[in-house]
Amino acid sequence: MKVGIIKEIDPGECRVAATPETARRLIQKLGFEVWVESGAGDAASFHDQSYREAGCTLCDEAAEIWTESDIVLKVRRPQDREIEQLRAGQTLICFLAPGQNEALLQKIAARQATALAIEAVPRISRAQKLDALSSMANIAGYRAVVEAAGLFGRFFTGQITAAGKVPPAKVLVIGAGVAGLAAIGTARGLGAIVRAFDVRPEVADQVKSMGAEFLMLEFEGDEHGGTSGGYAKTMSKEFIDAEMALFAAQAKEVDIIITTALIPGKPAPKLITHEMVRSMRPGSVIVDLAAEQGGNCEATIPDEVTKVEGVHIVGYRDLTSRLAHTSSQLYGTNLYHLLDEMGGAERFSVDMTDEVIRSATVVKDGQVTWPPPPVSVSAAPKEKVVESVAPSAVVEKKIGTFDIALMVIAAVLLVGVALTRDQGFITDFTVFLLACLIGWQVIWNVTASLHAPLMSVTNAISGIIIVGGMVQIGATNPVAAWLGGLAIFVATINIAGGFLITHRMLSLFRK
Amino acid sequence: MFCCLDDRLLPYIKDMPFSHPLVIASQTLPLNQSLATVAYIVAAVLFIFSLAGLSHQTSAKRGNLLGIIGMVLAVGATVFGVMNGGYLWMVVAILPAILIGARLAARLSMDHLPQLVAMLHSFVGLAAVFVGISSHIEAGIAVPDGEMLIHKIEIYVGVFIGALTFTGSIVAFLKLAELVGGRAVTLPGRHVLNVVLMLTCVGLGIWYCRVEGEDALVPLLIMTAISSLIGVHLVMAIGGADMPVVVSMLNSYSGWAAAAAGFMLKNHLLIVTGALVGSSGAILSYIMCAAMNRSFLSVIMGGFGSGAGGPAAVVEGTTKEFSVDETVAMLEEAQCIVIVPGYGMAVAQAQHSLAEVVKTLLKRNKEVRFAIHPVAGRLPGHMNVLLAEANVPYDIVLEMDEINEDMSDTDAILVIGANDIVNPAALDDPNSPIAGMPVIEVWTAKTCVVMKRGMSTGYAGVGNPLFFKDNTYMLFGDAKQNVDAILRGLQR
Repeated sequence: MKVGIIKEIDPGECRVAATPETARRLIQKLGFEVWVESGAGDAASFHDQSYREAGCTLCDEAAEIWTESDIVLKVRRPQDREIEQLRAGQTLICFLAPGQNEALLQKIAARQATALAIEAVPRISRAQKLDALSSMANIAGYRAVVEAAGLFGRFFTGQITAAGKVPPAKVLVIGAGVAGLAAIGTARGLGAIVRAFDVRPEVADQVKSMGAEFLMLEFEGDEHGGTSGGYAKTMSKEFIDAEMALFAAQAKEVDIIITTALIPGKPAPKLITHEMVRSMRPGSVIVDLAAEQGGNCEATIPDEVTKVEGVHIVGYRDLTSRLAHTSSQLYGTNLYHLLDEMGGAERFSVDMTDEVIRSATVVKDGQVTWPPPPVSVSAAPKEKVVESVAPSAVVEKKIGTFDIALMVIAAVLLVGVALTRDQGFITDFTVFLLACLIGWQVIWNVTASLHAPLMSVTNAISGIIIVGGMVQIGATNPVAAWLGGLAIFVATINIAGGFLITHRMLSLFRK
Repeated sequence: MFCCLDDRLLPYIKDMPFSHPLVIASQTLPLNQSLATVAYIVAAVLFIFSLAGLSHQTSAKRGNLLGIIGMVLAVGATVFGVMNGGYLWMVVAILPAILIGARLAARLSMDHLPQLVAMLHSFVGLAAVFVGISSHIEAGIAVPDGEMLIHKIEIYVGVFIGALTFTGSIVAFLKLAELVGGRAVTLPGRHVLNVVLMLTCVGLGIWYCRVEGEDALVPLLIMTAISSLIGVHLVMAIGGADMPVVVSMLNSYSGWAAAAAGFMLKNHLLIVTGALVGSSGAILSYIMCAAMNRSFLSVIMGGFGSGAGGPAAVVEGTTKEFSVDETVAMLEEAQCIVIVPGYGMAVAQAQHSLAEVVKTLLKRNKEVRFAIHPVAGRLPGHMNVLLAEANVPYDIVLEMDEINEDMSDTDAILVIGANDIVNPAALDDPNSPIAGMPVIEVWTAKTCVVMKRGMSTGYAGVGNPLFFKDNTYMLFGDAKQNVDAILRGLQR
């Protein structure tokens, strides 16, 4: 079974559908024969020699590949003269944008061929390795920051140098999809302060994990921008008004805006107005990743860098092509996984029962099969999980028999104290109880790490019993005096030892 | 209430009717006694501030200083306002004692801290016994005839608590110094024995109160002996890991002994200070018991684990071992590391090497913290002191409650010489003897390495399912040697 790699005929396209690396895997792992048009990888720095070494057959003429191969791999959608070369039973895999290109699908169907649109691969976990859109979005996000950095006249990172202080750049990323997250990561990596906005509040955690601040919309209402497909949807008017106010405020503050807002199958929403562009500081940069779908910025001119009152607006639609080497490598790997999924060379088939293949297949043997039945996405935002809130049990302190017994004992004791009718003893007892309460209050504040010093200091203080010895040492009875002296002796050891050891312990603690 | 405390020292009011408070309030004291009384108030306040100062590290040193000032003030006030003779002998007793105490404290290594604290407690108990018996032979203060009974009861109780504190602390000291075995020694029918001994003391007390003069010394001394026996018996029955409770309990007793001496000598400073110390020790004991999820009574009565309500789940499975190199590799990969030290670290004296390991890891910008269980070690706050001694900054040493919820975000956990305090059975197995005891949830971290000498059980004698968890690895051997090896590995 032959796989053909065609040189892209679009003049700006530098990518190629297979690199020597992915071609070798197609040959060795999946058993395909790979034919490559001469010079197909030149623009992405993959030269013919490398393909040859990987085991590919090189052809000078594209026509030869169109006639010979069973499967044709491409990047961009085919132009008319390419479609004319499609033959019955042949399978074409490339970006087709089936939603916008009904006519194109009809033309392919007319050739009795089969076509798979790589962007129609559903976003489910199993198909992640085939998800070329994510691969490309990742690259576009990275490249958008690099383009912005090239045009921006300052450092991204703040620095304090001998020659003065440089403030860090502030970057606003609108849309926190794959491209947006990649842009956040890249801008953070360069040292900028990054903020991000998305209509789907559930991506806030991802944004924060990349090191950016997530801008929340002050908006009354229960509107979520996510769909079951993991993409954004069109929002209500009130929501958009609040959103625009946020962007207008941010535009005055930030240096770089990177917009990545796309709604599948619809023109990109206009988020940055002419007015906002004018309110930005001269030297600021806007990179519009939605230029392909008309742009998020009103001033965007596709495929060009425009300058409006000192603000650069980048409208490149080919950001991935501008990083052709990596783009080709990732795209080629996605295609490799797709062909693997389709059975390799041995058992190659367009299996319409496989939900991934079914979704991607837009023309099957001359029949247009777009749109596919909806696939429910496992990674969709969680439906509201009804949390069963455990009824917070209010534990009322009940007075048990034990407490009553304690109270009775205390009462008996107190009555006993009263019955002594001894003024001095009752005074002593009062002092004793109050001191206990003070101790109780004071000790609760002691931090646990100081329990050992606390113990040794209280130990030293309990050496106060020395006072008892001192009272007794004055007794006339020699035995009593002697015992008093001994009490003084041991209590003093305690006092000296206790305070000193506490001091030593405390001097060990340091911050 | 302090204004009338030393009124009974004055012979001339001895014969006045004492029942009417107004009579007492209108008496005038000699100036020195009056000054001493005020000085006592200041000393008591200083002691309170001293304990309050210990609520935080930053004020702790000042707290200790206030305690010293309070003590000097109290002794000075007693000399000038309360004492009536024996000054020379007092100096003779104090000077060598200061030297001995200072020498004990200065030479002590922090590893021997628990036993020194226990020994010092015994001194307070002994002093209380001496003061009590001396006071019985000849009261240092004037006791009005009508109060003789109360005075006798005060002496009796004071001596009882003092003797119990004395022998209990001695046994605790011997156990902590490992001069006798650390395990709980339980006699058959020990509760009955305790009750019998207590009742005997009560009986002797009645005898003591009924006879006069020299004859009364006999029941007092017999009671002292029995009380000493109770002290020994009580502490013998309590084993190693409950020692924090025992030490703080003895601390509390020593306070009550001082308070009892205060009652017998009509000295409010002694009462206040004794009560402060007594309640402080009681709270510490309570905190320790709460940390073990056990009632104070069950700890004090000793003999651990008898109350479990069914057979505990048998722990079995296979453990996985880690070599030192693998442990080093784990530490190098991890970003967030928590170290859980236990008594084993203190025994092996691994804290200094450990501090070096921590320093090395901190230099590599890793987040390293210590998690301290309230009953780790043999003294409340034992681990904190040991780590402080090894120059570990106190702000990375956290309490169990502060750090437990961070455990699941931790990459690597190093358990050093701890067992029961990291036992998941406490939470999972309702029949485990330690069920319900709060533990450090080390098993929720990504990887957990347990450094241990062997597979023996901890103090509670229960198997530890932690060792068989998928993410747990054992590193057997002496803690100090292993930590040293890890240090060398990290520095390579």
